[in-house]
Amino acid sequence: MNEATLIRKGLFRKVLRAILMMVSISIAFFIFGVLGAVNKAFNAGVDVAAANRLVIVNAINFTVSMPYAYFGRVQGVDGITHVTHANWFGGYYQQPANFVQTFAVEPETYLDVYPELILPPEQREAWINTRTCLIVGQALATQYGWSLGDRIPLNSNIWQQADGSSDWDFDICGIFTAEDSSVPTNYAMFHYEYFNESLAFARDTIGWMILTTEDVSLNDQVADEIDAMFANSPAETETTTEAAFSQAFVEQLGNINLILTSVIGAAFATILMIVGTTLVLAINERTKEIAVLKTLGFQSGRIFRMILTESFLLSLIGGAIGLGLATALVMAAAEGFQAFLPGFRMPLSVVWQAFALMIAFALVTGFFPAFNAMRIRIVEAFGKL
Amino acid sequence: MTDQQPLYQLRDLSKTYTRGKESISIFKGLDMDIQHGDFIAIMGPSGSGKTTLLNQLGGIDSPSSGQVVFEGKRIDNLSQGALAKWRSRNVGFIFQFYNLMPTLSAAQNVELPLLLTGLSGGERKKRVKTALEIVGIADRAGHKPRQLSGGQQQRVAIARAIVADPKILLADEPTGDLDRTTADEILGMLQQLNTELGKTIVMVTHDPSAAKYAKRELYLDKGEFVERGNRS
Ligand SMILES: Nc1ncnc2c1ncn2[C@@H]1O[C@H](COP(=O)(O)OP(=O)(O)OP(=O)(O)O)[C@@H](O)[C@H]1O
Ligand SMILES: [Mg+2]
Repeated sequence: MNEATLIRKGLFRKVLRAILMMVSISIAFFIFGVLGAVNKAFNAGVDVAAANRLVIVNAINFTVSMPYAYFGRVQGVDGITHVTHANWFGGYYQQPANFVQTFAVEPETYLDVYPELILPPEQREAWINTRTCLIVGQALATQYGWSLGDRIPLNSNIWQQADGSSDWDFDICGIFTAEDSSVPTNYAMFHYEYFNESLAFARDTIGWMILTTEDVSLNDQVADEIDAMFANSPAETETTTEAAFSQAFVEQLGNINLILTSVIGAAFATILMIVGTTLVLAINERTKEIAVLKTLGFQSGRIFRMILTESFLLSLIGGAIGLGLATALVMAAAEGFQAFLPGFRMPLSVVWQAFALMIAFALVTGFFPAFNAMRIRIVEAFGKL
Repeated sequence: MTDQQPLYQLRDLSKTYTRGKESISIFKGLDMDIQHGDFIAIMGPSGSGKTTLLNQLGGIDSPSSGQVVFEGKRIDNLSQGALAKWRSRNVGFIFQFYNLMPTLSAAQNVELPLLLTGLSGGERKKRVKTALEIVGIADRAGHKPRQLSGGQQQRVAIARAIVADPKILLADEPTGDLDRTTADEILGMLQQLNTELGKTIVMVTHDPSAAKYAKRELYLDKGEFVERGNRS
């Protein structure tokens, strides 16, 4: 027997009680893990945003388009390295349930602005030169089992062609990847020209523009200049950093951060109180036993440490189980979620946060019982028999 | 350390409890020597301060004034931490209600005081085995307290009290919860520890026939000792 045995026996003095506390804690950390992963996936765009990348959208709303002519005017602004534009196609494959996130883009400049997208040289050439080319992200290609050379139709639930149809035929001539797995590859792109020429209405408009500046320090200046250029026109613009734009995009879905934080906070507050009071009562129950240990010569500091270690064990075991289950669930769900939550996985940052939280949880729930135990006075403890 | 020097010297010991405005004097100006190898039975009416005195000897309570000298050194002015260390080396406690850890086996209970020593696991095991053999309960080493009778639990408690080889055993009503036959077994064992292993024992008891096992009987009444007999 050693001190570890003593701590373990103390913690599992009432097995059912210990297990119930662990289950409570594991539920809190399960919720924390799953929601943390969801939150992270929703904010993936913010995290992978390049600091020198700016997004220009219509000042009314990013779903409202602007004239194609703006593209040419932005190209002339000082301090810009590349600028490109995109339109939301809103595609689906065969049936509306098979949503395919698709953009009509300017082929060459788009890849200049997003250097993190990797396309082999011969595919890049085919992409630039083939009017009907569709380049598909690796995640999307995997999802639908598409490969190079496939000819596939995509329907738009927004746009209509001049001939009344809403399906476009594409040749997959490139599959792009990204080195960093948090960069989404769950979308497809095709030529703006092909798109624009076939449209029945709203020709010569673009959805938004993306540009890179020569240096982050020029961001504000470039943004101000662009917005000033289109001020007092029918389509005023709003130029923000990519990170801010992604944040705004996520917030369109509701304040996910706030919702998730509230849910997690409520779960933790509840379980903290339950476990905290249970531990205080559990130690009260052991007053005499602790007094005996002190009588035998166990120092108060050692008693404090032993009781605190019990709550650490409790938190870490319960927390690790909860986090483990959350990771298992996230891994199982990741594939199914790939299409609309790319990069849905258990992020390392959430794991670290969880461990930090376990330690905090142990300190908060363990301090008072440990402090009470430390202060038990032998004579008084034996007095209340 | 010489044999001439008493194990304990209590000098002008007083203990007063204050409860609100009231203050109760339990004993006042108590003097007492305890020699090495002694076996003292302390008797007296309920509330006369027997337990309080034992707590002073064991260093788990401090006097209001006066000195508790153990082997020539004062212990009444030691810090809590120093007292804990002193107890672990010098005192074995035996309680009326055994006070064993319910979650630990008999052997583990006996091993507890050894966790405060630097002994290796193997050495601890050996000592636990010896202590359990001395009290005749080695066959129950793996049992939990609730699987043992009162007498058996008290044997385990005695093994725990002697395992670290303390200089003094303090027993507060060690047979108070036991029937006559079992009480006699336990008392015989304490007597044996005193005569054969030379353990100094101070035992509080209400029971005159239990006191007979001791070498000396002291009667505590109204905070003063009245010697009743000396058979050594
Ligand atoms: N913590 C305390 N606060 C106030 N009074 C106390 C405290 N502890 C003990 N006393 C009082 O001190 C007196 C002596 O108590 P003590 O327990 O030493 O008596 P005792 O001789 O052991 O009695 P018993 O034979 O019933 O065990 C009692 O009157 C008791 O009420
Ligand atoms: Mg008493």
